Amino acid sequence: MKKGILSKNFQLFVTIVLFLVLFLAGSLRYRGFFSAQVFLNLFIDNAYLIIIAVGLTFVLISGGIDISVASVVAFVGMLSAYLLQNGWNPYVVMLLMLLIGSTGGFLMGYIIHYFKIQPFIATLAGQFLYRGACFIISTTSIIIDNPVYTTIANYQIKLAPKAYISISVVIALLVVIAGTIMARFSKFGRAVYAVGGNEQSANLMGLPVGRIKVLVYVLSGFCAALGGIVFSFYTLSGYGLQNIGLEMDAIASSVIGGTLLTGGVGSVVGSMFGVLIQGIIQTIIIFQGNLSSWWTKVAVASLLCLFIVLQRIISANRDKFKRKMLNNA
Amino acid sequence: MENKEILLTMRKISKTFPGVKALNNVDFTLRKGEIHALLGENGAGKSTLIKVLTGVESMDGGQVTLEGKPIHVKSSQHAQTLGISTVYQEINLCGNLSVAENIFIGREPMAYGMIDWKMINKRAKELLNNLNVDIDVTKTLDSYPVAIQQMVAIARALDISAKVLILDEPTSSLDAAECKELFTVMRKLCNEGMGIIFVTHFLDQVYEVSDRITVLRNGELVGEYEAKSLPKVELIGKMIGKDYEQLQQIESAKKAHMENKESYLTCKNLTTEGNLKNLDLEVNKGEVLGLAGLLGSGRTETVRALFGADKILGGELSVKNTRIRNNKPITAIRKGMGYCSEDRKSEGIVGELTIRENIILALQAKKGMFRFIGKKEQTKISQQYIKLLDIKTPGCEQQIKNLSGGNQQKVLLARWLATNPELLMLDEPTRGIDVGTKAEIQKIVLELAEKGMSIIFISSEMDEMLRCCERMVVLNDKKKLGELSGNEKNEQVIMEMIAGGKSV
Repeated sequence: MKKGILSKNFQLFVTIVLFLVLFLAGSLRYRGFFSAQVFLNLFIDNAYLIIIAVGLTFVLISGGIDISVASVVAFVGMLSAYLLQNGWNPYVVMLLMLLIGSTGGFLMGYIIHYFKIQPFIATLAGQFLYRGACFIISTTSIIIDNPVYTTIANYQIKLAPKAYISISVVIALLVVIAGTIMARFSKFGRAVYAVGGNEQSANLMGLPVGRIKVLVYVLSGFCAALGGIVFSFYTLSGYGLQNIGLEMDAIASSVIGGTLLTGGVGSVVGSMFGVLIQGIIQTIIIFQGNLSSWWTKVAVASLLCLFIVLQRIISANRDKFKRKMLNNA
Repeated sequence: MENKEILLTMRKISKTFPGVKALNNVDFTLRKGEIHALLGENGAGKSTLIKVLTGVESMDGGQVTLEGKPIHVKSSQHAQTLGISTVYQEINLCGNLSVAENIFIGREPMAYGMIDWKMINKRAKELLNNLNVDIDVTKTLDSYPVAIQQMVAIARALDISAKVLILDEPTSSLDAAECKELFTVMRKLCNEGMGIIFVTHFLDQVYEVSDRITVLRNGELVGEYEAKSLPKVELIGKMIGKDYEQLQQIESAKKAHMENKESYLTCKNLTTEGNLKNLDLEVNKGEVLGLAGLLGSGRTETVRALFGADKILGGELSVKNTRIRNNKPITAIRKGMGYCSEDRKSEGIVGELTIRENIILALQAKKGMFRFIGKKEQTKISQQYIKLLDIKTPGCEQQIKNLSGGNQQKVLLARWLATNPELLMLDEPTRGIDVGTKAEIQKIVLELAEKGMSIIFISSEMDEMLRCCERMVVLNDKKKLGELSGNEKNEQVIMEMIAGGKSV
């Protein structure tokens, strides 16, 4: 029984251990690395990515993919900067962004399910559309100087005398908690796993497959837009070339966190640790001081390979185990 | 038995598909507490009748009543709420979810707006205990063998509703012991008042478990019979609509040649990757050799080893007195072997390719990829086999996935016949195929043997084996128990050998 739980969450376990090992290694090697604020900065610097990864995790578990998220972030940044400059109420802007993200997700999900278009293609179209729309608004970067935005951006929630987090971190953690509950304890969440495991079976078991598949993209669009808002707190500007390739970082985080790209397996917490691992590698490279930040990509690439191989070995072992059981029976 | 209360009636059911009258005024009656077998060849209308009953297809005419009240089933979900549940042949559950979740997904009990996992696990455990299955329900479904998965599917169906249970080919992937287990459960459910509709190809099982039999043919009702009072031969006659003659002919064809014994293949003390232990085997030219045994006894492993699909770890394999080392499928093909695997869908056909391409595959592999067979030549070969084996298709450019199971099997046969093999290994070549095509395939096998081809034949149906094979090797637990030939071999002896687990 105990062993079963461990093997089920084995990869999550490996991910968390890896995170701790990296943190420990950084602490031993660099002066000033081992501090609460370095740890909290991982969350502060990656809050938006965590939020995006949570939404994307659901898409991946359902067996789909969403590569439009990075463009959504850029578009949300751009449009909110533009609207704020024109004197819109900041709260209305935020609501509008969430609505745009969700609607875009709905449209992509609808096309994917009802017209049987591959998710990759449908969301590629979305990616181009959002990215192109950024430059219709402006080809240059727009500064955000709305007082509500700057206040939220600069607000520090003190956890200890020398440790603080931003409001974005609170939002990100709330999203992770909500995502976890949804994945584990809601009918929708479990249906997402079922659809990812075997869509045809899910259908015959009476699950509303179409609705679930569309909802998954709505959720991803919503999270991407929320991530976009949080990202504009972080940069206080909008720019059309922002975050190119971010969707791949989010996908990589999910995979490192144990999500199978074939669907049916994965966890929200795993994806969060996936993001944090990427963050910590980045931090280590900054502390090292003499390395280009592109080494982060090299390190993440090797990790990805490692984890994909690991997943393969786990599932191969399971097959072997199954065959053994069959033979014994 | 006659006075049992009527549970479900279907009267004058008709259904037309474009160009085909799938059901024509069919009647069907299910009583409380009975197991009712629904039989017929492929295309007889069994599955259409089931689909109409479960709301997957709508009917064109007719009336259905459940417990005396007329019902009109709109969808499979509607059928479930009315009390009609189906367990399909291919298990329709999700392997990545836990056993308990598979039983309850879509209808999870909730507490405080969240899924109540404790309740789910507890109730799943109870449900499975009722079916005599005691397993850890929190493990994922795919960590259990197919038989258990089948039970989980039944548990799900039962928890949804408990009036009519439809089992569509539930035993096709179970071995004898597992079938027994399933039958026990079926009888138990009947005693609790449920009506069970049992669709199957295995006639022995029909007699083992059913109270009543309804036979369909070409979309029409042939009749409803008490299982006790309908002999098997008559039943087959009713299903295929022709006399038993065809099957009798096979019997006589076989007896025509029995003598000349020239060895084609021998193996000594073979131990393989597939866990075979110390197997001695000899295959003669022009004989049909049967491999008998239960599921998992080593039948498939034996042919896989001969064909080079499993590695040989010890012992000797020789073909025509030359020893073969490092056997691989391509070596085996070039030595003149062919192998139709038991898993037609995943190890046999390539669904997206045409019939012609499927037939040519093995021949092209044998020739090597630099000696391409021209399209004209390919078409010629395909058409020749379509005609020879009577494959029912509009032409050789059809995608193979559009053919019926029986015709797919014939294409696979054609694939190997095109390579002109000296030894053809057929693993369950007639599984899931209707009686008429079965008889045809058996006939082809015997004709091939007569022309001098050696054939290794594997089937779960003892009747079929006895009818086709001259000699049988009985296997159990990956070991050879013994050989039987001529008059020694009959069902009783083989069963006793397997049951006793010792050589005769």
